[in-house]
Order: sequence, then structure tokens, then C-alpha cells
Amino acid sequence: MITIVYFAWVRESIGHDEERVERPAPGVTVADLIAQLATRGGGYAQVLSDPAKLRAAIDQRFVPLDTVIGDAKEVALFPPVTGG
Amino acid sequence: MKRIAIQAEDFDVAAELTALEALGGGGVASFTGIVRGEGSLIALELEHYPAMTAAQVDRIVDEALARWPLLGVSIIHRFGRLEPGARIVFVGTASRHRTAALESCAFLIDWLKSDAPFWKKEHFADGATAWVAARAEDEAKAKGWTA
Repeated sequence: MITIVYFAWVRESIGHDEERVERPAPGVTVADLIAQLATRGGGYAQVLSDPAKLRAAIDQRFVPLDTVIGDAKEVALFPPVTGG
Repeated sequence: MKRIAIQAEDFDVAAELTALEALGGGGVASFTGIVRGEGSLIALELEHYPAMTAAQVDRIVDEALARWPLLGVSIIHRFGRLEPGARIVFVGTASRHRTAALESCAFLIDWLKSDAPFWKKEHFADGATAWVAARAEDEAKAKGWTA
């Protein structure tokens, strides 16, 4: 299993801030995971169908969406950051 | 000195500056970010990624320490609900050289805007809310430091 965490409007649309899912097969990327989650429909489809608007982190480090998830423990999906 | 605080509470700018001044470098630069009271905005709500935030800010500070001869860096970033006029963020740098203090301070606030896992939501007087969109120019500014 791996943990997926969501922030900001991704979290609001999906309706919860984290969940556990089966560990993706070797070679599966963050973009693949996003596409797979979007097929759940509802709030998932609404915010995950346009990956260009999303950013990601694997085990608390920013990564490009084409990064392989591998043996990571936590994947985070969120909009571009707006701190400072 | 490296001080990083991610907190809901307000902070004392004078105390932060005094701590940086005490390092004996001769030069201290700082930036304080404050919630703008624009239009009918009644509050900003800052969400962050607790498991990642401090470590990510620490990486940004290490990058600044590697690039400039600094004696101290202080960064405080608040989260939670903040009203217009409230302080959001503080960046302070101390160095023997004013250029290093000023440049590293600008570098740090630019990088915090594009590389720290915070998200701002606006709350308006009529009950409407809106997530603040990232600005391409903020991203460009941060990337400009790597050019």
C-alpha cells in the first residue's frame, strides 16, 4: 500500500486529505496514477483530468509528473504552490 | 545561525532582527510579508504540507548558505487563518557584506513563493472563497536565480 495526500482545491474536490491505495506496479508514474484516479469520476475526475494544473511530491520532495513511483511511501498531489 | 519556524502564531519582527544583529556581521536584511487588505477580502487561509514544509524550507536555506557568505538566516512562515494587516512571512539574513544580505534575502523570499508547499485561500465578506492561483512571474523570478 502507499499513501496519497491531497492539498488545497485538489483536497476539497476529492473530499478527503489522504487515502491508502494498492502499491502501483513497477514503472507506474505519478501521471499514470493521476489518470487512474481520474477514472473514479466525481471530484476525482473534476480535478485530475487536467494534469497540467497539478504538481506532485514523492516522499515529501517535489517531482515532475513523469517520475516513477517505485517504492515510495507517500505521493502528494496539489496545485502549484502560493506561499510567501 | 539557522532558524526556521512554521507556525500559526504571530512573531516579533524586532526580536528576530535583534537576534540577527547580535551575530556581529555588520549587515542585516529582512523582508516581512503582510496580508493585503484588498477589496472585500476578510481573511487569507494558509494551508501547508506539514510533513514536507520544514524540510523543504531547510533545503532552500541551505542553498542560500551555499551561495552567499551568511552568518545567519531566519525564516518564519505562518499558516492558518490570517486577517488583513497580519504578518504572513519573515525572511532575515545577516552577513558581513550588504550585497550578500540583500541578495540572499530576495532569493529566499522568491524561492519561498515558488518552492515551499503552501497554498492560500481567500475569504470574502459575502462568504465567497477562492484559491489564489500561482503567478507565472513568481516562478520566473525564482528560476531567474538559477540562470
